Amino acid sequence: MIRSHVLVCGGTGCVSGGSGKIIAVLEQELKKQGLNQEIKVIETGCFGLCELGPVMVVYPEGAFYSKVRPQDIPEIVSEHLLKGRIVKRLLYQETVGSDSVQSLNNTVFYKNQQRNVLRNCGAIDPENIEEYIAFDGYRALGKALTEMTPRQVIDTVKRSGLRGRGGAGFPTGLKWEFAAKNDAPQKYVCCNADEGDPGAFMDRSVLEGDPHAVLEAMAIAGYAIGSSQGYLYVRAEYPIAVERLGIAIRQAKEYGLLGSNIFNTGFNFDLELRLGSGAFVCGEETALMTSIEGRRGEPHPRPPFPALKGLFGRPTILNNVETFANIPQIILRGADWFASIGTEKSKGTKVFALGGKINHTGLVEIPIGTPLRKIVEEIGGGIPNGKKFKAAQTGGPSGGCIPASLIDTPIDYENLTAIGSMMGSGGLIIMDEDNCMVDMAKFFLTFTVDESCGKCIPCRVGTRRLYELLEKITSGRGELADLDRIEELATYIKANALCGLGQTAPNPVLSMLRYFREEFVAHVVEKRCPAGVCKDLLTYSIDPEKCRGCTLCLRECPVGAITGTVKQPHRIDINKCIKCGSCQEVCRFGAVIKA
Amino acid sequence: MSLEELAQIRDKVRSKMNIREADPNNIRVLVGMATCGIAAGARPVLNTLVEEIQKRSLQNITVTQTGCIGICQYEPIVEVLEPGKEKVTYVNMTPEKAVRVVSDHLVNGNVVDAFTIGAAE
Repeated sequence: MIRSHVLVCGGTGCVSGGSGKIIAVLEQELKKQGLNQEIKVIETGCFGLCELGPVMVVYPEGAFYSKVRPQDIPEIVSEHLLKGRIVKRLLYQETVGSDSVQSLNNTVFYKNQQRNVLRNCGAIDPENIEEYIAFDGYRALGKALTEMTPRQVIDTVKRSGLRGRGGAGFPTGLKWEFAAKNDAPQKYVCCNADEGDPGAFMDRSVLEGDPHAVLEAMAIAGYAIGSSQGYLYVRAEYPIAVERLGIAIRQAKEYGLLGSNIFNTGFNFDLELRLGSGAFVCGEETALMTSIEGRRGEPHPRPPFPALKGLFGRPTILNNVETFANIPQIILRGADWFASIGTEKSKGTKVFALGGKINHTGLVEIPIGTPLRKIVEEIGGGIPNGKKFKAAQTGGPSGGCIPASLIDTPIDYENLTAIGSMMGSGGLIIMDEDNCMVDMAKFFLTFTVDESCGKCIPCRVGTRRLYELLEKITSGRGELADLDRIEELATYIKANALCGLGQTAPNPVLSMLRYFREEFVAHVVEKRCPAGVCKDLLTYSIDPEKCRGCTLCLRECPVGAITGTVKQPHRIDINKCIKCGSCQEVCRFGAVIKA
Repeated sequence: MSLEELAQIRDKVRSKMNIREADPNNIRVLVGMATCGIAAGARPVLNTLVEEIQKRSLQNITVTQTGCIGICQYEPIVEVLEPGKEKVTYVNMTPEKAVRVVSDHLVNGNVVDAFTIGAAE
């Protein structure tokens, strides 16, 4: 008889931190102590607190162990699992109470969240369909098929106010309605799981932690629009997600929850996986469908929109992973429940992947309308090393930045668009005072230049020219007129590129120029990088007053640019210096000056 | 698969997953599992308690281990903590006694006086 469950995170973050080894050692130890019939080990999806990984939770106590190492396992097994003495030393510090374990739900990280989409992530075994069913899985599909007409399903989704979570925010119910109205003999339901923004991993975590929620939703969508075939287009670079989706689809078919005559209603729905092959542009809807068709993943102009003429020339709906993951809850709990969360025009919750200069790197889900400050300072645990918040980038290479002056902005679709940023798919990259905005703009453009498919000139050539202008500025060759050239070219690309990739590629540089123009000007006029990032604009020197002549920097310098003798002030030859900064790192007297 | 079958799987698996939804208002059953408790035979007692509770699909009960409470001569010891009620301490427990504690105390709410520390003293 099982008396205890040990949940070990099997999300990509914790797996790369070694959770596979931890599970192996755990099972071995349990066997050795004769506990393997009493204690069950379950590999779950992402808990969200990736910063503290690998993480595991022991129930019924709910003890949350963080940064677990394989060598900690014997102690946890013999002390906690056998004798019931929780190993406090290894608990997440915030959950250690004076005499008992505090619930994880009371920690700052979790208590400010509302986990609807992520409700099963870290709570169930994603490779076991019965655990999903235990938490009301496939009940929404059953309800839709037996109690609702397709029209009622669409109305419910429309009334809920759910908008596309891929970034554009198009009303989901409306999209479904367009496709439903078309009476073509064959229609398709597609799921966009080609998550490609740098720093974004929301969809990956949902697929890894709760794959059945997406399958169930796609079947519901199929019923709503009158389609019997779905395709799930997932990045090949997400091996764990691909594997768990494969298992989930197989199990759903075995249980008769996908396939023919589902719930004996005569409704048929089949689902197939399609693996992307590494092109960012395949996350764009027309390119994605071209890729599913087996052709080179290139976009084509819209209209016609996919709801009219999509995959294989048939009416198609394409929704993002997170959008789908909301659907079963909306069907079960009703449109009014969903519409009660969020702001007037943006309903529900949104999952964000927190990254960059933030203490709690990880996955958070908040009601839409939560101010950025709450995410950064409370849930995110603030900026490391006491640095100051400078800006947050939303929407990755298609989005924009939110400067510190706007940190109280409630995050929703309208507000973010109004300040020149966008909701985006959910990547939230936090920058502190050590980040140079010109350099960040250049970074995102490097990405889009690389990922441009080359079909249209504004994107293929335009983004490269834009990149070169930024390169000119960061290398100290910029002139003020370049700032105007950037704005002019960016505006042209936005208006003329063929697809979303090109149309949004100039967004980061435009928004950074809007809020941090003085930083661009400092690069151009003073030939100075205020954040101290752009190497060509930096010089290192040694303050002779502070230098004690310890020779540490001299020995550390990889290019022999430092000269001096013991107990005499040293000097840096700026012609030899490669500005690696290692002399500043090793100096114990703060004598190396970067300017 | 019919809707009824889905509901059956749901209920069956859900009862096994109750362990993961520890509620602070649950009745807590603590089994002394320090060295003294284990030596006196606490493990079969613990396993019997868990087995009986699951067999009867009792909700809102959390069974956990605890350390030594200092009266080793009375091990195996089982404590039942019900919110708003006085703690009940059962001593010199055996798997057979554990079955009675589940059926009389946890199911029907009647403390098994004969097994308590008061009776032993």
